[in-house]
Amino acid sequence: MKVVLKNLTKIFPSRSKKAGEEVVAVNNFNFEIPDGKLIGLLGPSGCGKSTTLYMISGLQKPSSGQIFFGEEDVTELSTENRGIGLVFQNYALYPHMTVKQNILFPLQNLRGKDKMSKEAMLERAYEAARLVQIEELMERKPSELSGGQQQRVAIARALVKMPQVLLLDEPLSNLDARLRLQTREEIRRIQKETKITTIFVTHDQEEAMSISDMIVVMKLGVVQQIGAPQDVYDNPANLFVAKFLGTPPINVFEGCVKEGKLYIGDDCVMDVAGAEDQEVYVGVRPEGFVVDENGPMHCVPTNLEVMGRDVSVVATHAASVNPQVRSIINSDINVRSCMESGEIRYTLKSHKTFVFNKETEERVYFEVK
Amino acid sequence: MSENKMKVMNARDMGRVRALQSITKPLVIAGTYAFLLLMALIVLFPFYWMIISSLKSLAEYKMSVPTFWPLQIVLQNYLDAFTTAKLGRLFLNTAYVGLMSTLLSLVITVLTAFAFARLEFKGKNALFAALLATMMIPGELFTITNYQTIYIFGWQKTFTVLIVPFLVSVFYIYLLRQNFLQIPNELYLAAKVDGTSDFKYLWKVMVPLALPTLISITILKMMGAWNSYVWPRLVANDDAHAMITNGLRNAFTDTSGNVNYPVQMAAVAIVSAPLFLVFIFLRKYIMSGVSRSGIKG
Amino acid sequence: MVESKHQWKAWLYLAPAIVLLLVFTVWPIINTVRLAFLDGYNSLANVGGQTFTFGVKNFLDVVNSTDFFKCLKNTMLLCVLTVPISTLLALLIAVALNSIKPLQKVLQTIFFLPYVTNSIAIGMVFAAMFNIIGTPHIERLIQSKGIVNNIIEAFGGTHINWINQGSEYWANIVVMVFYIVWNALPFKILVLLGGLQSINKQYYDAAKVDSTPRWRVFSKITVPLLSPMIAYVVITGFIGGFKEYTSIVGVFGAKMGPAHDPGRLNTIVGMIYDALPQSNYGYASAAALILFGIIFVVTMINMQVSKKRVHY
Repeated sequence: MKVVLKNLTKIFPSRSKKAGEEVVAVNNFNFEIPDGKLIGLLGPSGCGKSTTLYMISGLQKPSSGQIFFGEEDVTELSTENRGIGLVFQNYALYPHMTVKQNILFPLQNLRGKDKMSKEAMLERAYEAARLVQIEELMERKPSELSGGQQQRVAIARALVKMPQVLLLDEPLSNLDARLRLQTREEIRRIQKETKITTIFVTHDQEEAMSISDMIVVMKLGVVQQIGAPQDVYDNPANLFVAKFLGTPPINVFEGCVKEGKLYIGDDCVMDVAGAEDQEVYVGVRPEGFVVDENGPMHCVPTNLEVMGRDVSVVATHAASVNPQVRSIINSDINVRSCMESGEIRYTLKSHKTFVFNKETEERVYFEVK
Repeated sequence: MSENKMKVMNARDMGRVRALQSITKPLVIAGTYAFLLLMALIVLFPFYWMIISSLKSLAEYKMSVPTFWPLQIVLQNYLDAFTTAKLGRLFLNTAYVGLMSTLLSLVITVLTAFAFARLEFKGKNALFAALLATMMIPGELFTITNYQTIYIFGWQKTFTVLIVPFLVSVFYIYLLRQNFLQIPNELYLAAKVDGTSDFKYLWKVMVPLALPTLISITILKMMGAWNSYVWPRLVANDDAHAMITNGLRNAFTDTSGNVNYPVQMAAVAIVSAPLFLVFIFLRKYIMSGVSRSGIKG
Repeated sequence: MVESKHQWKAWLYLAPAIVLLLVFTVWPIINTVRLAFLDGYNSLANVGGQTFTFGVKNFLDVVNSTDFFKCLKNTMLLCVLTVPISTLLALLIAVALNSIKPLQKVLQTIFFLPYVTNSIAIGMVFAAMFNIIGTPHIERLIQSKGIVNNIIEAFGGTHINWINQGSEYWANIVVMVFYIVWNALPFKILVLLGGLQSINKQYYDAAKVDSTPRWRVFSKITVPLLSPMIAYVVITGFIGGFKEYTSIVGVFGAKMGPAHDPGRLNTIVGMIYDALPQSNYGYASAAALILFGIIFVVTMINMQVSKKRVHY
C-alpha cells in the first residue's frame, strides 16, 4: 500500500496565551511513499517527524492537506478505521494483559466478515510472535520483560493484524546500544519478510541510514531532502542535511568562490567551474581528504586516532567553523612525519566536497572534472 | 503472511467505513452529552425543588398540579423558618462549636504531624502505625464508651462535649504529616544551624508551606461540625446547645399532619446556604482534600 | 536530627493528641470489648451496685432479638443495592466526563454538589419530593401527590405511596436507595475521574490503532486500568453502607420508618444508638463489635476479590 502525503500541514496553537503565536510543526509536506518500502523520517527533536507519523496514523488531525492510502483519501478517517499498525516510543503495551493477550487484542477487535475463529487468532498470534522471536514469553506480563522484549511484543501486536501500513515512533530509543544494533537489523528483516510499507521516526541518522530504503530529512517542520540514504549522503541539498548525516560529522569551513576557484581561508582548494562568485560554506566529508605533500589545503595536526584500518587525523584550520578538522585516511599512509613537522597538507576529493551559499545555506553546484 | 494481509485489508470498503464513521461519531458525542445532562438534571433537581418550594405559599405548594416556578414569591417563609426552628440560636451554637473545634483541632493536628514528620523519638513508627490502625475501627464503637465517659465527667449538655471528644483526627494528622514530609529536610537543618527553635521553624516555615492542606482540613472540619447530628442528639439535645442539624430535624419531625412545607424547605435552604457558599469560593480545597482521602487506601 | 536528650520535647508536641486519644479512642476500644462480655451490663444497674459476670450473653441477646435481623436485613439490602448502582453510575459518569471537553468543568462541579450538603437537610428535601399531602390511601382526599408522583403520572404511570402512612416496605427502600445513591455519587465520581485522568493516554491511542470498539475499550482497558480505584470506592462504599443511619433519619425522621411502622428501616448503627439512652451498654457494645466484625469480614472479602480482579 503506497502512502501519499499532499500539502500536509500541522499548526499547533501557541501554548502561551498571546494570540497569533503559532507553531508550524509540519509545513506543506509532499511525498509519495512507495509500496512495500521502509522509510525513515529523520531530524532533530522538534522537526515535526513524530507529528507527521501521528497524522498518518490519524491520532492527530492535519491542519490542511491530505493523506492517501493507495488511491483512498483517508484524511478524515479516524485511526480505528485506517488499518494501520503503530509501535509507540514507550510501546504502550497494556500492562494488565499477558504478552499473548496483548498480541491477540487487535485480532479480537475485528468485526463482521473480518471476524476470526479462536484457533485462527491463536495461530496468527503465534506466527507474529515467531516472527519477532518471543514465543517463549507469551504468558508473561509486560512488566516482567526487558525493554528489548517489550519492543518486540509491541511490533508483534502491530503486525498481527497485517496492517496496510506499519508506523514506528522512535522504536529503538529505549534500548541499550548493543540491543539497538540487533533490533534495527530485525526490523529490517521483518519488514523485508512482510513487505508492509513501514515508516519509522528517528533522530539517529545512523539508524535511519542503515536500514531505510529511503530517508526524509526534516527541520523545523520543513522537509529538507528525500532520497535513498546513500544518495542523500553523497548529495546533500543544503548545509543542514550535510551536517546532519554522517559520523564523524562533516567538516565545515568558511570560504568563497572567486572566478571559478574555491577558497577555504587563503587556500585555493579546487576549481569550481560554473559556480558564481559568492561567500560560501564548504563542507568536506572526513573521507574527502587526501594527504598530499603539495596539497593546497594547509592544516595544523594536533592529534592522531588509530582505528585499525583507518586513521583519523585531528587538525585545526583557521577557516574551520568547528574547532577541529577531522579527516579519515588509509592507515597505509605515513602521517607521522607530518605530525612532527606541525603541518599536514591535503587535496580535497571533489565528490566529497560540497559548497553552500553562505546566506541561504543551499547547495551551490559546480562542474566536477 | 503478506498474502493474508492483502485479503484482510482490501476486503474493507473504505467508502462505507467513512459513511459509518460520519454517523456514529456525532451520535456518540450527542449520546454522551445527553446522558451527562440528564444525570446533571437529576443531581440538581432536589436543589431546584428546595428553592422553589421555599418560595411558594402553602396553598400553592399543596396544589395538585405542581408549579415549576412560584406564582407568587413568598419571602416570609424564610422569616418564619428562622423563628419556627429558632435558627438564629442554632446558627450561633453551631458556629461556636465549629470554630472552637476547628481551631483546637488544627493546633493539635499541626503539633502531632510535626512530631511525626520531623522529630525523632523512640517508638515513633510503632506509634504512628497504631494511630493509623485506629482508622479502621468504626466510630460507633467509640461512641458507647464515650457516652458513658462524658456522663462520668459531667459534660452532658455542654459545648465541651461537642468539641473535645473529636479534636484528634488521625486522618488529618496523616494528611498533614505527608505534606510536612514533602518539605525538604535541608530547610529544617538550615534552620537548626541558624539556631531557630523547633517551634519557631514549625510556625514560620512549615505551617505557611502546608497552608493549602490546612485550609482543606479547616473546611472539612467546619463542614463536619455543620453536618454533625448523631453525637449532639445523644449528649446535648437541649435548646441551649442544640446544633443546627438537630434543630432542623427536631423542628420538622412530622411528615404528616399540618406541616408548613414551604417554611420547612426555607429552613433547609438556610441551613444548606453556608455550605454552598463555602463550596463556591473554596471548591478546589474541598475537592483536593476529598480526593486525597482517595489516595489513603 | 534531634539529640536523644531532647526526646521529651517530641512527647510534648504529642501530648495533647495522646491524652485525647487515650481517653476517647484507646479506652473506648478496651472498654467496649469489656462491656460486651459482661452479661447484661447496664450502667444504671451498675451504679445501683449490681455486679456482672463475664459471658457471651450480650451477643446472644443481640443475635436472638428480632430487631437485630430486621436491622441487619435493612443494612445489607441498602448496601447491596446502593454500592453497585452508585459505583456503576459513577463509573459511567466519570468516563463520559473524561471524554468531553466543553462543559467538563461545569458538569464536574455540578456532580460534586451533593457532597457539600447536610444529609439530614437534603433528606428532608427528598422526603418532600416523595411526600403525599392528604390521606394517601383515599384518592379524593389527596391534596398533592408530590413532585415525583406527578412526574410518574406525567409519563403515564400511577402514583405510589412512597413514604407516608400505609406505604410499603419496597417503596421505602426505593426512596432510600435513590437518596443514598444520589449522595454517594460525588465522592465516587471524584475518585474515579481522578483515576481516569492519571491513566496514560497512550493506552487509548494504542486501542484506537488496534481498532478497538468503544465498549471493548471500556471493558478491556478502562475498567482494568481503573480497577484499583474501583476497588477503593467499592470497599469504602461498603464500609459506609454498613454504617448507614443519618440518611434514613433525614428522610424518615428519628423514628426510622413511615408513620404506621416506626423502626421499619432501622439499621445496626441505629440499633446501637437506641440502646444508649436506656443504658444498655453491654448490649450496645456487643452490637457494635458485631458490626465491626461484619465490616471487617466484608472488607476482607472485598480485598480478596479485588486482589484477583485488580490488575496491579
